[in-house]
Amino acid sequence: MNTANQYLKAIYLVQRMDDGPAATGRVADSLDVSPASANEMIGKLEERGLAEHEKYKGVSLTDEGISRAENALQTYCILERFLANVLGVEEFRDEAQQLEPVIDETVAERLDTIIDRAEECPDCFDADADACCYLAGTCEGAD
Amino acid sequence: MVTVSVDQQVDSDHQLARLLQIGVVLEEVVEARAYRHYQSLAEEDRDLEADVEALLEEAAAESANHRERLEELVDELDAESIPFESVESLVEARYGRTKPEDFDGVLYDQLCNEETAYKFYDDLIDAIEASDATFSLERDRVLGVLTEIRDEEAAGVEEVTRIMEARE
Repeated sequence: MNTANQYLKAIYLVQRMDDGPAATGRVADSLDVSPASANEMIGKLEERGLAEHEKYKGVSLTDEGISRAENALQTYCILERFLANVLGVEEFRDEAQQLEPVIDETVAERLDTIIDRAEECPDCFDADADACCYLAGTCEGAD
Repeated sequence: MVTVSVDQQVDSDHQLARLLQIGVVLEEVVEARAYRHYQSLAEEDRDLEADVEALLEEAAAESANHRERLEELVDELDAESIPFESVESLVEARYGRTKPEDFDGVLYDQLCNEETAYKFYDDLIDAIEASDATFSLERDRVLGVLTEIRDEEAAGVEEVTRIMEARE
């Protein structure tokens, strides 16, 4: 997954958690990068029509940005599920984060053919648990 | 929310081993799909489509070879083993759910197989080259094996494309 997609995914999740524009600092924190780096990349995303930045409020994704962020999140979910369910990796969150930059969407699609994923993916992603709620066992109404 | 890394590089033996293991599973998927596609060709189609039959047979054999070479590398790294036998049966069991519907679909699927594998190895090579980490395996050897496999995938893409174009 390229860096731009990782930013889109991070902005998307912060927006969803905060129910509004994502503050640059929050995006930077979630990616463990400096606010200056986050600002620079957000500027690039704006130039590409994927995000809109409003002073003092934060950044919001455009429809195209949301669509790409959802794809990126889906790729991440596939990776987590693949590690947890197919390879039996206990630390699947940490490993998915490490591997995420190196695994392309097309590769994840192939891995997707051997895992189970809910139809509502990636809506079932629980940002606090950093995993799909089915995988983390945090879905509402789950046992 | 947990922090993530935005660096496209491989920093440890463990991470390298995991990526190679993913490569093994990817090859397993590709091998199973090519083999099943070959099996699914009706007898009469096989006579008509000798080049496609040869392509699929070759692709399955090539994936098996790639898988073995990757496994050799993984064995030399300090990594926990993964249950490859259950992966194999999982791949078999899941194939039916996602198999292509028709003949052109088989070729297209094979093209995706080769392209995906190429992309995987290309990204992996970049990520290793971008890293300063020392691995317990000699870096040049890992890169040499991965580059050879990647180039074979590139040749595979060309071959499928040639057959697809000839059918048009």
